[in-house]
Amino acid sequence: MHVLSQAVLLAAGEPGEDAVLASLSPRFSVHGAGRPHSVHRTWLDTFDWRLHRAGLTLEYVTGRRPAELVLTGPDGDLVSQQASGLSWPARAGDLPTGPARDRLVSVAGIRALLPAARAVSRVRDLRVLNADAKTVAWLTVDRTTVSYPEAAQLPARLQVTAVRGYQPQAKRVAELLAAAAGPAGPARSPLDAALAAAGRRAEDYSSKLDIQLAPDMPARLALRAVLLNLLDTIQVNVPGTLRDIDTEFLHDLRVAVRRTRSALKLAGDVLPAGPAGRFGPEFKWLGDLTTPTRDLDVYLLGYQDMADSLVSAKPAELSPFHDHLAVQRGMEQRRLARGLRSARFSRVMGDWRSTLAGLGPAQGGPRAVDLATARLRRAHQRVLRQGRAISPASPPERLHDLRKRCKELRYLLEFFASLFDPAAHQRAVRDLKGLQDCLGEFQDRQVQQHELREFASQMMADRDTPATALLAMGELAGQLGLRQQAARDEFAGRFHDFASRASERRFRVLTAGTSR
Amino acid sequence: MKVLATYNIKGGVGKTATAVNLSYLAAQDGLRVLLWDLDPQAAASYLFRIRPRVKGGGQALIRGRRDFDGAIKGTDFDQLDLLPADFTYRHLDLVLGATKKPTRRIARLLAPLAADYDVIFLDCPPGISLLSESVLQAADTLLVPLIPTVLSLRTLDQLTGFLGGLNGKRPDVLAFFSMIDRRKRLHLDIASQLPAERDDVAATAIPSLTLIERMSLERAPVPAFAPRSRAAQCYRQLWAEVRSREL
Repeated sequence: MHVLSQAVLLAAGEPGEDAVLASLSPRFSVHGAGRPHSVHRTWLDTFDWRLHRAGLTLEYVTGRRPAELVLTGPDGDLVSQQASGLSWPARAGDLPTGPARDRLVSVAGIRALLPAARAVSRVRDLRVLNADAKTVAWLTVDRTTVSYPEAAQLPARLQVTAVRGYQPQAKRVAELLAAAAGPAGPARSPLDAALAAAGRRAEDYSSKLDIQLAPDMPARLALRAVLLNLLDTIQVNVPGTLRDIDTEFLHDLRVAVRRTRSALKLAGDVLPAGPAGRFGPEFKWLGDLTTPTRDLDVYLLGYQDMADSLVSAKPAELSPFHDHLAVQRGMEQRRLARGLRSARFSRVMGDWRSTLAGLGPAQGGPRAVDLATARLRRAHQRVLRQGRAISPASPPERLHDLRKRCKELRYLLEFFASLFDPAAHQRAVRDLKGLQDCLGEFQDRQVQQHELREFASQMMADRDTPATALLAMGELAGQLGLRQQAARDEFAGRFHDFASRASERRFRVLTAGTSR
Repeated sequence: MKVLATYNIKGGVGKTATAVNLSYLAAQDGLRVLLWDLDPQAAASYLFRIRPRVKGGGQALIRGRRDFDGAIKGTDFDQLDLLPADFTYRHLDLVLGATKKPTRRIARLLAPLAADYDVIFLDCPPGISLLSESVLQAADTLLVPLIPTVLSLRTLDQLTGFLGGLNGKRPDVLAFFSMIDRRKRLHLDIASQLPAERDDVAATAIPSLTLIERMSLERAPVPAFAPRSRAAQCYRQLWAEVRSREL
């Protein structure tokens, strides 16, 4: 059943609330219903706005009634569940069971829910009566004060909700109120209005690169834009990594560091001679700092699947391994946090930003599109050359090297995406992705087998580790070996596809220098 | 979903006041309640300030041409909706007579509402008719207000006798004394004796009180406009008894 609910915003200043309400007479009269009360609202989303992107709004509402989670869908459909005593950040999976949780889990995934905005609303409930003194609509006057991310007062909001069977009258009420309120600002949801008051907007962070470059801009400035974007990503993810809110802060930070290193390696020569050489080792240090925690995260995120995949051992027998991973991760996280709080880290960040800020265009340097095309071609040729040199007898290191070349090519495609035809660009990425997935599987499984042996010897040193745990880990190692072998067997076919004439032709078209 | 019908062959015994006050109290208890005003006099609709009009009339509703969803109106009270009366309800017998299995018609029409409501009250016009037979088949419980006279007791016996002759599902009967005049010895005697002797008569009795008559001026249930009054207390007690026996 559809019940009309419509909002009217009152601009700051004139006309006042009472004048607007007076516009309903003589057809309708307005009567108070209960005392004004306060409602506390916290809007929640993941750091990368997964709910907002899916058209969902999640509010945690506390106040007069029992606390509840209210999830609003793209069509205004509401799902709510009572949930008291929640604190944030929290993972969707850790929320009390209920209809809102069920829907949130699939959208938020492994990302934690964080407050996006907080506000207190002073709410006055009114009844709108017709000539029979029958209530035909509920009118809520909501004066909201935002406390986070910035303190701000939102325009008063009149929400008209029809009583069942009185939609036409409620619509008329909303029309009369809107006419009396005069032209309001853009119709925004309370969340968007709260964010706008703080000079923010939803979806202002994404882990995907989106850098707008112009083909004719100097290559040095294009690279500067890329590096600044990556630096922003690194820095914006530091607080979440330090607070250990979810694993994706570190992941995004790490990817931005890796991209920075690749950008310096592949195109650093368009910068003045100093920076590339000076900052390269610093970013390597930063990358190395993040590796142990991330490796343990990968293990822990995949732990349940690993445990469920055991055939000979029982999943519970693996639990000492889980405990070991958790302890190790705790240690590594503290080491990581020390590094991110160190003077060296703040110095690198500060120096790097001022270096980038001080960069001007080089005299007679290349255009952005020329740099992009030349480097993409070179990176592509390297992948082809190294890939063709791999035979079934080649050692794993050759595949590892090829994986790095593929990543470099992928990063270049991402940095310069805005300079190319989107469809051609998308196809090039797709061609490369199949090969990358196969090489990634090959190397990750090998690294994990190696680490698993390390973990096993660490756990052996602890005499309390039961033999069953080590046996279960042995079974895991065997499975990882099989998966690595499967990826190795798959490689020739995947590379063949990537190096096919059709794929090569697509790449030539992309890098023919034809910019948008 | 439980269906409770306020019914008596005789008119003017307090059926509508019972339906209005008990449906209000049921909603106050947190139940989702619908009251269907089946009486063309539309007293229940009037008491909730809802205009007695259904688009397409009773005919469209009974024949299933108009869905209930569009005809139901929200009252001024949470969880309490009303399906208004319509003047065309005076021809409901003719309309029912033209349908297949007319005595099961109301039950069939109510079945889809089970997802939306916990309790449905049917406020029926007096008399024995095809409509009342259809209501008797649909109801889980008949709430029968009685004026404590010898004649009205005869009416209750007539009703139970009539129900005994019905095929299929038969509703429980819960009679209660209504409009008791405390100045009349006979009223008090009957109202105190009978509940002890018969288990189809409720212990709670509703006295004749001015406040109950005032409902038509206030146009609201008694517990809504005079929550602490004796009348409100009597209805609360009656609702508690109905709830514990029938829900």
